[in-house]
Amino acid sequence: MTLPELFQLSLHEAGQGLRRQEFSVVELARSYEGRIEETEPHLGSFIALAEPSLSHQAQSLGPSTGQKHSWLWGIPGGIKDNICTSALPTTCASLSLEGFVPPYTATVVSRLEQAGYLCAGKTNLDEFAMGSSTETSAFGPTVNPWDSSRVPGGSSGGSAAAVASGQVAFALGSDTGGSIRQPAAFCGVVGLKPTYGLLSRYGLIAYASSLDQVGIFTRTVYDAALVLQELAAHDAKDATSSRRPLVRYAEASPYDLQGVRIGVPEECFGLSIQPEVSDVVRAAIRALAEAGAHIELCSLPHLPHALAVYRVIAAAEASSNLARFDGVAYGQQGHGDTVGTMIRSGRSTFIGDEVKRRILLGTLLLQRGEGSSRYEHAQRVRTLICRDYERAFSRFDVLACPTTPTVALESGQWADDTCGLGEADLFTAPVNLAGLPAISVPCGLSGALPVGLQLIAPAHKEKRLLGVARAYEECQPFDGNRRGPLYGRRR
Amino acid sequence: MNFIPLIGLEIHAELATQSKLFCSCPVAFAHQPNDLTCPVCLGLPGSLPVLNRRAVELAVRAILALGGEVNPLSSFARKNYFYPDTPKGYQITQHQYPLGWGGKVLVEGETHRQKVGIRRIHLEEDAAKLVHEGAGDGPLEQAQATLVDYNRSGVPLIEIVSEAEMETPEMAQGFLEEVKQILQYTGVSHGRMEQGSLRVDCNISLRPEASLSWGQRVELKNLASSRSLVRALHDEIKRQEGLLRAQEPVLPETRHWDERREISVALRGKETESEYRYLPEADLPPLLLERSWIAQIEANLPQLPGARRRRLTEQYGLSRYAARVLADSRSLADFYEETVANDVDAKLAANWIMGELMHQVKERRTTFCQLPFAPAALARLLSMTADGTISSAVTKKVLDRMCKEDIDPVEWVETKNLTQITDQETLSVVVDRILKENRAAVESFRQGKSKALDRLVGKVMQATHGRAKPRLVHVLLRKGLARTIDEHE
Repeated sequence: MTLPELFQLSLHEAGQGLRRQEFSVVELARSYEGRIEETEPHLGSFIALAEPSLSHQAQSLGPSTGQKHSWLWGIPGGIKDNICTSALPTTCASLSLEGFVPPYTATVVSRLEQAGYLCAGKTNLDEFAMGSSTETSAFGPTVNPWDSSRVPGGSSGGSAAAVASGQVAFALGSDTGGSIRQPAAFCGVVGLKPTYGLLSRYGLIAYASSLDQVGIFTRTVYDAALVLQELAAHDAKDATSSRRPLVRYAEASPYDLQGVRIGVPEECFGLSIQPEVSDVVRAAIRALAEAGAHIELCSLPHLPHALAVYRVIAAAEASSNLARFDGVAYGQQGHGDTVGTMIRSGRSTFIGDEVKRRILLGTLLLQRGEGSSRYEHAQRVRTLICRDYERAFSRFDVLACPTTPTVALESGQWADDTCGLGEADLFTAPVNLAGLPAISVPCGLSGALPVGLQLIAPAHKEKRLLGVARAYEECQPFDGNRRGPLYGRRR
Repeated sequence: MNFIPLIGLEIHAELATQSKLFCSCPVAFAHQPNDLTCPVCLGLPGSLPVLNRRAVELAVRAILALGGEVNPLSSFARKNYFYPDTPKGYQITQHQYPLGWGGKVLVEGETHRQKVGIRRIHLEEDAAKLVHEGAGDGPLEQAQATLVDYNRSGVPLIEIVSEAEMETPEMAQGFLEEVKQILQYTGVSHGRMEQGSLRVDCNISLRPEASLSWGQRVELKNLASSRSLVRALHDEIKRQEGLLRAQEPVLPETRHWDERREISVALRGKETESEYRYLPEADLPPLLLERSWIAQIEANLPQLPGARRRRLTEQYGLSRYAARVLADSRSLADFYEETVANDVDAKLAANWIMGELMHQVKERRTTFCQLPFAPAALARLLSMTADGTISSAVTKKVLDRMCKEDIDPVEWVETKNLTQITDQETLSVVVDRILKENRAAVESFRQGKSKALDRLVGKVMQATHGRAKPRLVHVLLRKGLARTIDEHE
C-alpha cells in the first residue's frame, strides 16, 4: 500500500504528523497546493485563491514548537466568501460586492489566524448565500467532486467541494436553512451547524440574521470538534453571541450508544424523499440501534409548515439586510442623476435574479396591511416549531433523520427553483428556525453519490451531538468509497 | 368660524455619551468629517451592533425625569428606507416595545399652565449628516453636490413623542423648553439646538371649535430653534385656516420650514407605517432591565427644574421671575444656593448674580461652573456690601476683578483700601471741593436742572474711587448746594 498523500490526511492526522515532525508545514502546504492546482480548474471551488500562497504562508509560520500549537497550526482551510477577510476581497459571489476588501476580519477568521491556520482562499457560494446549488454565483458554478454533472449543493458548495476533494482540510461556511449540511451531504463530508449564537457572526455578511450561523466542514466528526473548539467563545462584537462557559469539544469522545435515546421524526420519511436515500438513512439508523442506541419514532407536528415559515422569515430579513448594497458604496457603481435612479440602476444591474426575487418577496412580506405582516405570522408559527423540538427533546437525547431528501441533483435543475421553492431544505431549515445544533455525517452511497445522516441536538449540546456522531462514524467501518473524490484523480 | 389647533412634538435629543449607540466611536461635535467612524457606524457588510449601556442608562434617566414608565423589557426594530444618510438601508430604532411609555411635563408660563402628556420615549441611532454643497443660502435644489458625514451616524438619540394636546405655539415652545431643561438638569443631553443635539419636529391639525373630530395632521420639519418652532406653527395655523375657510382640503404631508423665507414648503406625502417595513432587529437581543437598576437610577435623579423653581420661591422668597432665571441651569441654581448658604441675604445675592455676574459670564463666554471663584467668595464680597463696608460701585469693581483672577475679596478691599467712606467730615471736604470746582453744574442745578445733581454725585464718587457712601454724598451735596444757593441769593 502506498503512503497517503498529505492532503488526504484528516485534520487531526495532519496535526499529529506536524506535532511528531513527520513532515513540515511547508510540505503539508505544498501537498495541498498541488491538489488545488490539479483540481481547481475543474471544480471551481474558489472565488479567490489566497495571496501569498499556502507554502509561503507556511514558511512564515516559523518552526514547529511541538505540542504547544493549536490543532489548526499549519492546516490549510477555506473560507466561504461571505465571511469578511481584510486580506482578500469578500464578494458574496455578487457583482454588487465585486472587489470589496473589508477593512476588518470576521471574528471566526481572526480566531483561525491566531491558531496559525493557513488560508487557501475564499470559497464559492450561491450569490449572497441564497440557493442550494452554488449555481447562482456571479463568478460561475462549482461542480460536485463526485460527479461533475452534478451540483455540490449550496449555498456553501465551494467549501463542501474543497473539503471533499482534498483542496483544504477544513472550511468555514454559513448555514441559514441548510447551507452547510445540505452541501456536506451532497459532497460526502461532515457539516456542522452549531447552536445559534455559539459562533460569532461578526464579519459574516448577513442573509437572514435570526437564522444565520457560521459552521464547519471537515472530513471527520473529530476534525469538526477540533475546529469548533478553536472558534467557540463569546465575542463582544456580536450581541447575540453566547456567554456560556467554554466547552472542551475536542474531548467529545465517541458516546457509548448503549441507552442513548434517539428520536426519528416520522414526518421526515414522508412524501418527497427519494426511496434510495430513505433506505441508506434507515440502514444508518439501524446501525445506531445495533450499537445499543434506543431508537423510537417521534413526531414534530408542525414540521410540514417549517419550510414555508423559513422562506417567509429568510426573505423578509434578507430584504432588509441587503438594502445596503445600493450600487453606490460597494462593487460596481450604478448610474443616474439622482440618488433614486443611481440606487435603482445599481440594484437592477449588479444583483442576480434569484437574490432580486427574494428581496422583492421579502419586501412584500414585511408590508403590513390591516393587522400583522406575513412575517409576523411566520414568527408565531416559528414558536410552535420550537416547541415541537422542545417536546421531542424531553424524550430523546438527539434526533436522527436524512439531511436531504435527495442525493446531489444534476446541474441546471435549480434554474426554475425560485425563492428556494424546491425542497432541498426540507429537513434542515426547521433546525435553523429553532436555532439548534445539527450535523450531517456521510452515511453511505446511493448509486455512486453520498447520502448524509442528520443528527440534531438540543441547544448548546454540541458535545453530545459530536459524541453521538463520532460513535456513528465508528460503527461504520472506514470505507474508501465514502471519501471517493479525495482519492480520485480528476475524472 | 374659529379653529382649535392641536399640536404634538417629536423631540430628538442626542444623549451625552462618550461613544456611539452601537459601536465605540467617540461622539464629538465639529470634528473632521468621517473621522469618527468604524465598520459598524458605516454599516459595512458583516458588521454588527452592540448596545451602549451608558446610553440605556441616560435614556432611562430621561424617562423617569419626564414622569414616564420604564419598560423592563423593550426591543429594537429596523425601520427600512433608502436614503444616503442611512448606510445600512435601515435605522435601528424601537417600535413595538419602546423603552418608555407615558409621562407628563408641567408647562408654566406667564399666560399658560398645562400638564402636557408624553406618549412614548424610545432609543434610536442618529443618521449621518448630509452637507449640501454649492447651494449657499439658496434653496436645496441649487446644491451642486451632497456630501455625507458619517460622524453623526450611530450617535445615540432618544425620541420623545408628546401627545398632540397643545393648543398654542407658545405652549409648544414652553413644552420644548421645559423638556430641554429637564434633559440638561439630568445630564441626559447637552440640549443644544444650535448644534443639533436637540431637534424638534411637530405635527399640527386644526379642528373647528364646534367639532369633535380631528383635523388632518401635517408634519413640520427643519425647525432650528424654539423661535422657529413658534413662527412655523403660527404660519402653519394661518395656512390651514385659510384652506379650511376656503373649504379646501388640508393634505397629509410633511412640510419643510424655510428659515430664511419664513415659509414652509411641502416636502413629501407622509409615509405610512407600512412603508417603513418595520421588523425586529435580530442582531440585538431584547433589552431586559433589572428593576433594581431602574430604581437606582431613579434614586439618583437630581431635583428637577420645576421643583427647583418652587423651592427658590418658597425657601428664599424670590419672585417667580427670579426663580425662573436662577433655575435656568443646574449649575447656576447650585451656584446661587451655595452663595446663599454662606449667610448672605437671598435677594441681594439673587440681584447680584442675575445682574452683574450673569453679565460678566455672558461677556466672558464662560459658565458659572468655570468662574475662577467659589460661591463662598461671592458671599464674602456681598456680606461687605450688605453691611455697608463697601459701596455698590466698589462691589461691582471687585466682582469684575474676581472674574479675572483668583483674589480674596476681603483681603483685596483691605489692601486696596476700598472700604466705604462713611465719615461725614472726610466727605464734606470732598463735597465742598467738588462744588467749588464745578460751578457750571451748581449753576444749572440752581436753575432747576436736577440732573446736575447726578453729575455732581458722579464727580464725588470718582474723586473717592467709588468709596463714598452714595446716600451720604447725596445728603451732603444737597446741604452744600443749599448753602451756595443761599450765599448766591
